[in-house]
Amino acid sequence: MAPGLLWLILLSPLIASIIITVLTRKSGRLSALISVGAILLSFFLSLGPLAHILAEPQAPPTEYFWYWLNLPTLQVKMGILIDPLSVVMLLVVTGVGSLIHIYSMGYMKGDPGYSRYFASLSFFTFSMLGIVLSNNFVQTYIFWELVGLSSFLLIGFWFEKPSAADAAKKAFLTTRVGDFGFMIGIVFLYFVVGSFNFSELSASLKQGGFPETLLTVAALLIFTGAVGKSAQFPLHVWLPDAMEGPTPVSALIHAATMVAAGVYLVARSFFLFSAAPDALEAVAYIGGFTAIMAATIAIAQNDIKRIIAYSTLSQLGYMMMGLGVGGYTAGMFHLTMHAFFKALLFLAAGSVIHAVHTQDIWEMGGLSKYLKITSTTFLIGALANAGLFPLSGFWSKDEILVAAYESGHLLLFWVGIVTAFFTALYMFRLFFVVFTGAPRSAEGHGKHEAPHESPPVMTVPLVILAFFSAVAGFAGAPGLEHGFASYVHFGAAGHPAFHFSIAAGSTLVALAGIGVAWAFYSARLFSAERLASRFSFAYRLLQNKYYFDELYFWIIRNIQGGIALFCNWVEEWVVINFFVNGTAALTRWTGGILRLSQTGKLQTYLMMFIIGIIGVVLLLLATFIPSQVVAVR
Amino acid sequence: MIPLSYFVTLSFLLFTIGVIGVLIRRNILMILMAIELILNAVNINFVAFSRFSQSIDGQVFVFFVMTIAAAEVVVGLAIVIVAFRRRATVNVDEFNLMKW
Amino acid sequence: MTDFPYLSVIFLAPLLGAVFMIFLSEENKTAIRRIAAGATLISLALSILLLFKFDQVAGGFQFVEKIDWIPSLGVSWHLGVDGISLAMVLLTSFIIFTGVFISFSIEKRVKEFFILLLTLVTGVYGVFMSLDLFFFYFFYELAVIPMYLLIGIWGSTNREYATMKLTLYLTFGAVIALVSILAIYAVAQSELGHYTFDLLQLGRIHYSDAFQIIFFLPLLIGFGILVPMWPFHSWSPGGHAAAPSAVSMLHAGVLMKLGAYGIIRSMFLFPVGAKFWMPLVAVLCMANILYGGYVAMTRRDLKFMIGYSSSSHMGYVLLGMASLNIIALNGAVLLMFAHGIMTGLAFALVGFIYDQSHTRLMPEWGGQFGYDAANTADPSQKKYPEISGLAKKLPFIGFFFIATAMASAGLPGFANFVSEFMIVVGTFRVYPVQTVLAVFGVVITAIYYLRAIRAAFFGEIHPKWEKLQDAVTWTQRLPFLVLLSVLLIVGFYPSLLVDPIHTGSAALLAKIQGSAGLSEGATLVEWARSVIR
Repeated sequence: MAPGLLWLILLSPLIASIIITVLTRKSGRLSALISVGAILLSFFLSLGPLAHILAEPQAPPTEYFWYWLNLPTLQVKMGILIDPLSVVMLLVVTGVGSLIHIYSMGYMKGDPGYSRYFASLSFFTFSMLGIVLSNNFVQTYIFWELVGLSSFLLIGFWFEKPSAADAAKKAFLTTRVGDFGFMIGIVFLYFVVGSFNFSELSASLKQGGFPETLLTVAALLIFTGAVGKSAQFPLHVWLPDAMEGPTPVSALIHAATMVAAGVYLVARSFFLFSAAPDALEAVAYIGGFTAIMAATIAIAQNDIKRIIAYSTLSQLGYMMMGLGVGGYTAGMFHLTMHAFFKALLFLAAGSVIHAVHTQDIWEMGGLSKYLKITSTTFLIGALANAGLFPLSGFWSKDEILVAAYESGHLLLFWVGIVTAFFTALYMFRLFFVVFTGAPRSAEGHGKHEAPHESPPVMTVPLVILAFFSAVAGFAGAPGLEHGFASYVHFGAAGHPAFHFSIAAGSTLVALAGIGVAWAFYSARLFSAERLASRFSFAYRLLQNKYYFDELYFWIIRNIQGGIALFCNWVEEWVVINFFVNGTAALTRWTGGILRLSQTGKLQTYLMMFIIGIIGVVLLLLATFIPSQVVAVR
Repeated sequence: MIPLSYFVTLSFLLFTIGVIGVLIRRNILMILMAIELILNAVNINFVAFSRFSQSIDGQVFVFFVMTIAAAEVVVGLAIVIVAFRRRATVNVDEFNLMKW
Repeated sequence: MTDFPYLSVIFLAPLLGAVFMIFLSEENKTAIRRIAAGATLISLALSILLLFKFDQVAGGFQFVEKIDWIPSLGVSWHLGVDGISLAMVLLTSFIIFTGVFISFSIEKRVKEFFILLLTLVTGVYGVFMSLDLFFFYFFYELAVIPMYLLIGIWGSTNREYATMKLTLYLTFGAVIALVSILAIYAVAQSELGHYTFDLLQLGRIHYSDAFQIIFFLPLLIGFGILVPMWPFHSWSPGGHAAAPSAVSMLHAGVLMKLGAYGIIRSMFLFPVGAKFWMPLVAVLCMANILYGGYVAMTRRDLKFMIGYSSSSHMGYVLLGMASLNIIALNGAVLLMFAHGIMTGLAFALVGFIYDQSHTRLMPEWGGQFGYDAANTADPSQKKYPEISGLAKKLPFIGFFFIATAMASAGLPGFANFVSEFMIVVGTFRVYPVQTVLAVFGVVITAIYYLRAIRAAFFGEIHPKWEKLQDAVTWTQRLPFLVLLSVLLIVGFYPSLLVDPIHTGSAALLAKIQGSAGLSEGATLVEWARSVIR
């Protein structure tokens, strides 16, 4: 495939974004078409590399680059790297992205910022593709930050809403903290190994000879970036707030693609992590902890988007855990499957919100009667997320569990099992509350009389995504000759092992979760309220997300704020008032003393004048004259 | 011929009288006159040295000094008159408006 | 040698414009503005041409013009640019060109304003181009005096205090530097046998180590005041805040770079002195970056915030220079350029808002530092509202402010990122601790800039601001577009500037590394001990 076309994959959304900003701002419809056209173009162009990879799975990675910085001591080559890993991600971003773009045309209809929305969305696509295609750490970092910017712009899309504006700020700053480590990690790795380029780094590290401690430090620092972007503990706090953005944005950025970039990054730099097993352990445990923590929080939330957001957190933790226990392929596979079903869930949720104009699940209920397509597709997504055979989530989750089990991380394995239970529980709590039963809100369905199904421009993407959520998992099904793992692999190509007991166990656990949800929220065999009041401490803990926001706010207000106020105090009182104005005061005071000599009396001045003259004359007599005399002699 | 030292001595005496006059008198008119004395002491020096060094330059300077002195008296007296009209005194101690 | 005296023309165009204006009537505002724009456009066009005519293979000083002025004192009209000063000349041209357009909104004493502005920029050009220490110093002073008047007459907040402090500080710095300049002059006479102010000749002399160490310090402090290096920075935020927009732009965009540029030239003269004192700078610049950043975080006046932010960013420039590493030094010079453009943009934007709103205060919300919306007060209830929610009425300005903030926070795609990245890469092997702290400084920058966006542009709009006008005409939009394009172009294709800069800094570093004297790792204490012995 010609390099020019590969560049076009990357650049077409950028061009669309620029055209919309500069030219077609006034015409929303045209802007939307340009944006959708651009990403469809990228998608179809991405099929080229896919065909290439499918034809020759063992071909070496293709790389095109140009010199961004070319100094004798520092060279940075920007470029495109095509290998199975990037192709998979490319298809996810452009494929799921295209559907979400199309969906947005319906969802955002009538918004005054329609063009701005599509410009930002295209810009995001460009940045995300930049990460995916990147061949070096610097480029990754560049686009890493650019997705952060587009995420900021899209979360704060309704910037007049204070909560949205705050959420945007919080998202950007929290990820920025992670990027702080990422940046240092890149520089540190350059310092240790001497390159930014993935293939060069990989080759150098294969030769070995680098102290493992240094590599571990570098890997952990780079992982910090992934922690921020993929919203892993302890930097997970921004993702739920990010739901203030438009729902398609949540689907695209905060579920399917951008937040998965952290996972992609770890997978991309697996050469580094394999050389630093300690760092990998950290990845696994942070991932596992995030998975179970977010899953428990999700049970006690009431906002439809937040529940799915916590589910995203949890699934991202799952992927990280998968990578951490050595299952790179499993992690990436789960990323891909997750992109389908999580995008589906968000879009379906968006369709619900579109219909009822509320996000509180307790104001919904019985919606399956009105929203046939939405509820069906949501059900598929929920089942996939819960990991039920034979939907996509089942295969990928299973691979992670197998990887955890086989690598001997039994604790993480059980964490995974428990998380699977909670996942099924909160997904079906959501499903039963929203789609079954009778309307719960006092005023029926908000301000509107009867909720109606969304237009086809929104439901068609739902159906397509539902289709993929249902069947895509077979790409990774065990026993398949040319499955996912034979292309996306790290080291030797392999087939996923299949443990019937693990698969059966996780399915049973998921079914149990669904059953519990059914018992509590559909059949109402037990009362959730009574349970909540019985364990009110635990319930409050969960509802308040373990008080992480409060903790961070305290730290920011008291520690960072304290430092800032202290610096300001030093500035005001020590630097300005003491030193600067003090010098001025000292000068004024000295002047005040000296001016007393100005008596205003003519003769005093004259007296000084004459004394001065006499003094000078005497001085001259004492020095100048004798030397003259000596000279004459 | 009167030796040069006599002229210099005379000039020195005149100069000293002038300086002391400027310093101790309180009457502006007297101070102005003392300044004239100082200038004339200089003039004597100029003329004397000019004569003894056989050069006309010194005498040229004397004319300058005399012109300056005349001008100074004109301006000085004018100021004195104005000051007297305003303050009804010619005592310099009364004129200390320019102090801090 | 080129036939056409590019540098003289760049330098003289604004001066001639100013002279021409003297003969115009005060009433004829349009003509005055057009002349100012025309004169600076000539300089800008030639500066850009210069960038492409600059021979990157040859390096060194190019476009040299030399006319003896006072041969007996060794003073000559000697202009020339190397890669470093080329970038600075380009920066000056961009800032003054856009600054003139920004100043179109000034209605008070238009003629005098533009005459002073153009005189000021003439001085700045002179400093960057002179290869003669005498003119270097002369033009430096020439830049200070108009600044005093510009802030004192056309300024805003607390302008008398600010302009007095600024002028005193700058003059003080110049005088301290003068000590060393005179010392060099004297030594050169005894070494060469004739007086000279010629930088190229002075650079070839080998000064004794002790001399270099003693006399580098006055240069460092003198120019450091101008940078402004902590703790001599307090003139700058107040000065920025008081100055009219165009002057703030020149001031933060260019004038502060004079200091850094002076230090670079001093390093060239005194390589050993630089080796000796730069570790101290590496410590002080941390105070710039972190302390400046934290102070900026507490400020509610947008201009004060940007002012402290500038002093914080100049810390990166100092850090890059202090590391005495080629990558970092290139980064430092590039950051001087990038920060100049960025901060010019920021001040232009704030000035645009202030012209209409007459306030620059942002609301204080969400506790002290606005992490959440907990305490958002209803802005429409306030009697004297702060600026908030402006993006609704000023989408163009809001867009540019976000871009500027992102550039400042080191977001890739902008020139600032490239330069900060180079500084970090280069400095890491020399000062790892400082580097980590410096990268943390980027997070701090992001905090206060995002806070400013949140406070001033996002959120609900107060009814009072509903009547604000966005930038709609081309003369209003042009300066913003030009500056942002420059940032983006350099950000996406940094080689454009980095390659010429490299020729300049490579020569400098070759000299520093080639200099014997103070051995690796020698410290102040050891040196003092050796002197006592």
